Amino acid sequence: MQANTEHIGIEKGKPLEQLLEKIADHKGCGTSSDGGKASCGSSDGPADMAPEVWEKVKNHPCYSEEAHHHYARMHVAVAPACNIQCNYCNRKYDCANESRPGVVSEKLTPEQASKKVLAVASAIPQMTVLGIAGPGDPLANPAKTFKTFELIAKTAPDIKLCLSTNGLTLPDHVDTIKAFNVDHVTITINMVDPEVGQHIYPWIYYKNKRYTGIEAARILTERQLLGLEMLTAAGVLAKINSVMIPGINDKHLVEVNKAVKSRGAFLHNIMPLISAPEHGTVFGLNGQRGPSAQELKALQDACEGEMNMMRHCRQCRADAVGLLGEDRSAEFTTEKIDEMSEVVYDAETRKAYQQLVESERLEKVAAKEAALAEMSDDEVSDIKILIAVATKGQGRVNEHFGHATEFQIYEMSSAGSKFVGHRRVDLYCQGGFGEEETLPSVVRAINDCHAVFVAKIGGCPRDELKAAGIDPVDRFAHEFIEESAITYFKEYVAKVRSHEIVHEMRGDADIRQGAYISAA
Amino acid sequence: MAYKIIASQCTGCSACEPECPNVAIREKNGVFIIDPKKCTECLGHFDEPQCVAVCPVDLTCVIDNAFPRYVAPA
Ligand code: SF4
Ligand code: SF4
Ligand code: SF4
Repeated sequence: MQANTEHIGIEKGKPLEQLLEKIADHKGCGTSSDGGKASCGSSDGPADMAPEVWEKVKNHPCYSEEAHHHYARMHVAVAPACNIQCNYCNRKYDCANESRPGVVSEKLTPEQASKKVLAVASAIPQMTVLGIAGPGDPLANPAKTFKTFELIAKTAPDIKLCLSTNGLTLPDHVDTIKAFNVDHVTITINMVDPEVGQHIYPWIYYKNKRYTGIEAARILTERQLLGLEMLTAAGVLAKINSVMIPGINDKHLVEVNKAVKSRGAFLHNIMPLISAPEHGTVFGLNGQRGPSAQELKALQDACEGEMNMMRHCRQCRADAVGLLGEDRSAEFTTEKIDEMSEVVYDAETRKAYQQLVESERLEKVAAKEAALAEMSDDEVSDIKILIAVATKGQGRVNEHFGHATEFQIYEMSSAGSKFVGHRRVDLYCQGGFGEEETLPSVVRAINDCHAVFVAKIGGCPRDELKAAGIDPVDRFAHEFIEESAITYFKEYVAKVRSHEIVHEMRGDADIRQGAYISAA
Repeated sequence: MAYKIIASQCTGCSACEPECPNVAIREKNGVFIIDPKKCTECLGHFDEPQCVAVCPVDLTCVIDNAFPRYVAPA
């Protein structure tokens, strides 16, 4: 749909967060006008974003940084076959495009999958998005993929459907995707130049033939870009995932960013290559390294002016259930699903929950705006700091340091707070005692941060964090993250001004390698 | 006259199953097997055996020497 792309164009270059909050404010115009920085009906354009685009993104935990604190998505693995080979994938395990290599997820029939989805959706009202992703390529298994969509759409039309694909057969399926009202398609595009592509894809299977080398990469990139153009023309939102592979496509991804943006992609998500010999992938075995946190952020920043970057992707497990990152899969195994005789879909509870979340979210946006407004002009400075936050969700500082398996990272500057990513860590606290070996790895994972916000923290890790130069902060326990971060940042700048402390840049940090093992 | 799948290497990904022009491939205990009576080595259909072309694990779909090579009916 032409209109979508145009409206996005108006807002281009702004972080998605601002964009969404503006829309959230805009929605509030009819009821209250205080604190609203959004100028309704001003030069920002009559709608800021086409309402249908906002409808699509606002509850989508993959697209909206706001939403991913409150809503959950679920992936079902119904499509194990694939038609290409990626050097970062060992297909004995999951598709590395959407999940971490080395973790096997269960294969489901479309019937099992739809039953599971309905059961989960009834138990977890946050579950608003169903994705079909790896292992395998959903569009290399079109019958299973679309059968699953059909079954779910029949019973639970409120669940949004999305799928991820390598794009090879995408052009053949755009009409069906449109017909099923699938409104989010993720295409993994790692290159737009076959010279680069030949080092990522050893072969593809296309039109009953195996192609290798440059020819394979050329066909793949042509099909991917054609598919993207067709999605845009059909009004289906398209997100692009790219895997950053240092020395192979790291510099090239800026070009990829331009190419996909010009074809109407809505978001571009750059993920780090996760690679270790034990994954058995070509890259893992030949010692290809993944990027460091700083390298990844530098690339994301380089692309940011070009398009909305998505920074909260966690390469979560393909069949993860529950709030993003919080793995509740064990509650819904195939066995347990098969035991359930009939699933009653609880639409009422879901609706009530979603209304509650909507009001929480507006409250949170308001709190942040208020804190920002207080930041007076003379506080403007060049200082930028990163803050790591231990959170269970709802946009609050509500996780114990020792229980955190990951931290959300916010970049603070006088422009406000910006969500810049996640860092996965090992559980520091395994059953009550801080294990000594884990703390250094936690420190390494957030070593580029000036502070870490937690709901609670023990004395010992507190001292060690301080020794590493990271300020452990528990006084914002259970407060909204961004409001707290702005308060902290203001105080920080004031202390630098009064020479109480000296502002220093921090070092680089590690991106956690290897498969995440659920603590449960 | 047929290809076979080395079970210990098959990932069970199912990619080969729908590609076989003779519907010779099916799932058995989590891995896939070829019915040698149906397999024609793709002769007359495609330039290369489809199961070989699509399989992610090299040397998993191989000629089964227990059978003579397939000869297309005259
Ligand atoms: S597209 Fe996904 S399943 Fe296929 S080879 Fe690549 S990472 Fe693996
Ligand atoms: S060689 Fe061809 S006919 Fe034989 S099993 Fe493989 S795909 Fe089927
Ligand atoms: S394509 Fe290969 S790995 Fe996949 S099911 Fe067939 S034989 Fe097994």
